[in-house]
Amino acid sequence: MKKASIFMIIGPLLLIGLYFFPLWNIILGAPQYPEPLGMNIHIDGIRDMNEFDLKNIDGLNHYIGMRTLPKPEDMWEFSTFPIVIGGMVALGVLIGLLGYFGKLSYKWFAGWFILMSILGVLGMYDFNAWMVDYGTNLDPHAIMKLANPDGTPMTYKPPLLGHAKMLNFDVTSLPETGAWLMFLGMMLTLLAFYLGWKNRNSTTQ
Amino acid sequence: MKKYKYQLIALFGSALMFTGCGNQNGESSSNSALASNNAEKVYVAPGEQDEFYAFMSGGYSGNLTVYGLPSGRMFKEIPVFSQFATSGYGYSEETKPMLNTSFGFVPWDDSHHPDISQSKGELDGRWIFINGNNTPRIARISLTTFETEEIIEIPNSAGNHSSSFITENTEYVVAGTRFSVPVPQRDMPINEYKANFKGALSFISVDPEHGHMDIKFQLMMPGFNYDLSHPGRDKSHGWFFFTTYNTEEANSLLEVNASQNDKDFIAAVNWKVIEEYVNNGGGELMPANYAHNVYDESTHTATSTMKKEVLTVDPLKVPGAVYFLPTPKSPHGCDVDPTGQYIIGNGKLSADLTVHSFDRMIEAIEGKKFDGEAYGIPILKFEDVLAGTVKSGGLGPLHTEFDGKGNAYTTFFISSEVVKWKLGTWEVIDRKPTFYSVGHLMIPGGNSRKPFGKYVVAMNKITKDRYLPTGPELEHSAQLYDITGDKMELIYDFPTHGEPHYAAGIPAELLAPKSKKIYRLDENKHPYAVTSPDGAKVVREGNEVHIYMSMIRSHFTPDNIEGVKVGDKVYFHITNHEQDFDVPHGFAMIGQNTSELLIMPGQTKSSVWEPKKPGVWPFYCTDFCSALHQEMQGYVRVSPADSNIELSWSLGD
Ligand SMILES: [Cu+2]
Repeated sequence: MKKASIFMIIGPLLLIGLYFFPLWNIILGAPQYPEPLGMNIHIDGIRDMNEFDLKNIDGLNHYIGMRTLPKPEDMWEFSTFPIVIGGMVALGVLIGLLGYFGKLSYKWFAGWFILMSILGVLGMYDFNAWMVDYGTNLDPHAIMKLANPDGTPMTYKPPLLGHAKMLNFDVTSLPETGAWLMFLGMMLTLLAFYLGWKNRNSTTQ
Repeated sequence: MKKYKYQLIALFGSALMFTGCGNQNGESSSNSALASNNAEKVYVAPGEQDEFYAFMSGGYSGNLTVYGLPSGRMFKEIPVFSQFATSGYGYSEETKPMLNTSFGFVPWDDSHHPDISQSKGELDGRWIFINGNNTPRIARISLTTFETEEIIEIPNSAGNHSSSFITENTEYVVAGTRFSVPVPQRDMPINEYKANFKGALSFISVDPEHGHMDIKFQLMMPGFNYDLSHPGRDKSHGWFFFTTYNTEEANSLLEVNASQNDKDFIAAVNWKVIEEYVNNGGGELMPANYAHNVYDESTHTATSTMKKEVLTVDPLKVPGAVYFLPTPKSPHGCDVDPTGQYIIGNGKLSADLTVHSFDRMIEAIEGKKFDGEAYGIPILKFEDVLAGTVKSGGLGPLHTEFDGKGNAYTTFFISSEVVKWKLGTWEVIDRKPTFYSVGHLMIPGGNSRKPFGKYVVAMNKITKDRYLPTGPELEHSAQLYDITGDKMELIYDFPTHGEPHYAAGIPAELLAPKSKKIYRLDENKHPYAVTSPDGAKVVREGNEVHIYMSMIRSHFTPDNIEGVKVGDKVYFHITNHEQDFDVPHGFAMIGQNTSELLIMPGQTKSSVWEPKKPGVWPFYCTDFCSALHQEMQGYVRVSPADSNIELSWSLGD
């Protein structure tokens, strides 16, 4: 149980990486951009992949009527997410410590994992909803109004995960270092739960 | 199918052998492009980049052009001394002071010899320097922005030809005078030239950090013509060598009168000795009047300062500083090999090359083996300093460069060829014709301690049948030779702009990574910059109207301006708000008596317009910047001089 609890402590601590590394990365490449434009999505805001990328993405997007990319103060998510992550780290470490001193059952480890998973899914849902809005809620006075072959107005929602072709751009959306650390951290808590479950009889519970 | 192709090539190749190789000593079809895959050697496929940058002087174009090697593609023309309508250089109100001189605004020159800055005798790619031959000036160009940053005028000088060559650590750029003149200038009979005219050799110090130039001293030499020069390298670092002609000091019909002496001189100048003399208070301050023009990258603005004195040095007052090395015959090129041992004098009226030995020169000086003197300057004995002679059989040797593998390459103007020979043994290894009348040649780094001996570029004066005719005037031609083998191979030729006298080459990997992509808007300190569109405004100051304007794809802010009157002097101060590589915008106003502006991302430039008629006059972006480039336009309403319409401006109403 001690070993399991140590994993349970380390796992949530890996989430601290989200304060330093981007969660997600979206790259826009096209022949006229040999160095592609990109944005890094952090839990507290969207940042340039290379300097001035956001400015240049906004510059391109205004032709098709997309809004400018949100500043941290424009979205409640960017002030809430850091608090939620901080809370989850603290909670996880607390659970781990209490487990270490035998005050809590290993089942709490799974509890943390399930809660984190729910929050993660909600986060993804929210992120996707934002991208749908960003890519479809276009300025009616847009300079260029493009239609799909079936006549419906073209929308520009970037893919949640993976690659999509948008006009002449190849758009690739992938998890970044922060997300991978979070994933690893969550896996460690799952491992903690498994170890706790395996040793459930050999210790004093 | 493939088989037939080869047969065709073989047929074609043999045809070339019979028709095209008249001057090839009937050797082989080695210069047939088809037979030797030369096309592959110069082909840079779409999306790929060249291996070297080549900077070619423009001669009478006054500018510097940038080419790629081996492709021969021209990348850019850098405005240096001449007006350049493409970017409005000389018309941008901020950069006009760059062309200021003691003669006033001189928007043209004759640019001859570019040289890249060095550290420890190796190219460091910080700056490139070039001389203005006509109105003596030296310019320094940044190799991160590829823009001219500084121009210093040279007083007491005329025909600034033996320039702009650079010492091993860029301590000095030298500016030697081709024409000797009265110093100070005065009204006197021309035929009293002898002993009255002086030849100034100017040593311009270069600030190691910012590159700023300052004339440290001028060595006042006898009134010969100082043609070309080269700094010592490695062991001869500390010395500078100048070829001379007209040691006869003739002042009329020089083609005859300056060609009488069998030998002229190479002047060997120990600048370290003179530097020490000057640092200890030596030399004589002399009144002078010359312009020093500096461009400031953060304000995008140039300033011109007139300097009022210059420090001159009489060579006789610094014993051990200057010696003459007799050299046949009217030598042009003066080239020092990468080890610094050999000083090659190319006697342009002779068939042979004279090679002096630095070690032997030092020995002769120490042994005081002099053969008389000229104006008090010791002349060394020819035989005592001679290292050897290259018996070439060519005619009119001009200039030599080195491949770093012990070989030298010399151009022969009269017999139109490049000759490869071996340092030390003086034997000729190879010779190849040029098309036609070659002047200088260039090996990237070929005048430094570390040449990149892969290519030779020959710069020809006459083009004739090389390209499709374009009337009587043809651009000059450059020829590219592969010199990686024992024999040189002509692999390409391409036209060049102006009259390239000399060139400097450098591996692309030393420059490309530090080439600037944008100017940062947040570092823009131009006094009329607007770094946010909210800052756009129009201000009247008497009859001057200052428009603080911003531009971004695809509009100007503001784009409608009213309240301007006939007789006003309207300044457009325009800031490009893009922060993206290679997105300049242009600006042109109808009826303006200047050129357009091209404004780089983050940069501010100003343009003047003096409206002469009432009306509503358009301006527009001249650089196709986006799908909405045609929409990037605006209007200025001009009212009669006595109108009382208030200044107003708008965008999007
Ligand atoms: Cu434009």
